Amino acid sequence: MGYNIGIRLIDEFLAKSNVSRCVDFKETAEMIAKVGFKMFLGVTASVMNWDADGTCCSIVLEDNPLVDFVELPDTCQGLYYCNILSGVIRGALEMVAMKTEVTWIRDMLRGDDAYELQVKLLKQVPEEYPYKDDE
Amino acid sequence: MGRDVSESCIDSLLTEMVSTYCNRFYANKPELAARRIEAIGYQVGHQLSERYTMERPCFSDHLEAIKFICKDFWFELFKKQIDNLKTNHRGTFVLQDNRFRWLTRMSIDQSPENGTSEELSIMADNKTMQSMHLYFPCGIIRGALSNLGIPCAVSADISNLPACSFVIRIKA
Repeated sequence: MGYNIGIRLIDEFLAKSNVSRCVDFKETAEMIAKVGFKMFLGVTASVMNWDADGTCCSIVLEDNPLVDFVELPDTCQGLYYCNILSGVIRGALEMVAMKTEVTWIRDMLRGDDAYELQVKLLKQVPEEYPYKDDE
Repeated sequence: MGRDVSESCIDSLLTEMVSTYCNRFYANKPELAARRIEAIGYQVGHQLSERYTMERPCFSDHLEAIKFICKDFWFELFKKQIDNLKTNHRGTFVLQDNRFRWLTRMSIDQSPENGTSEELSIMADNKTMQSMHLYFPCGIIRGALSNLGIPCAVSADISNLPACSFVIRIKA
């Protein structure tokens, strides 16, 4: 579900934020954490735990409006309540030519102390134009 | 304690919820999808009305409760009140919202003069999709009223987009 939302939300993000193209994945991650989250959820996140290649990082949310009134009952202990967010990020990034894998590392509803999403860049897919230059 | 999130979040979530239930979970079973969506709305309405009536005394009669739905409740949800309330004084109320927020993004299909059968069936599909989106708000109203002790049935009428009417029939 998040994926389907993300592929459309990216259009609104680009239209409203008026940002220029990101130079690399690091800038992309910062954009999502600072501008994206602020624009849609009203909170800022921070980016940390970069790996050596610069293809994998964590986005940490101190504050998550999705869970304001939420407690997981016993029957749902294995549920990733906020998984829609991972889909949204994955969908949005795919529309700007990045294939990623987004997973939850820490989740306060499951007893951790913060919300941490790991975003891993799998592949950058260059945009393909259907027209040849010489035609 | 109010929080601000963008309106497109709720629009996207609702559209996606309807689409997921209609096309994935209950593909080809629109009645089941509709019932699930309405049930989700019921839960939401129930909890919202609990929250919005926390500091208020109980309503003295059905009309007061309906007026609460039309004014305060609708305002909390949609930043506006219901534009028109009609009743037959025998348990049926019609709430009209002249510009229902959740439908403003939907296209209004004008009926063709001489529709071919294909055009008409496409139009019928569009109408079905539009009506699917209304099960959620109908459920919200039914859930809210049920929390106020008023069992009822709620249906919607979109013959006049972007205006939307909700018909509440209170069960005796």
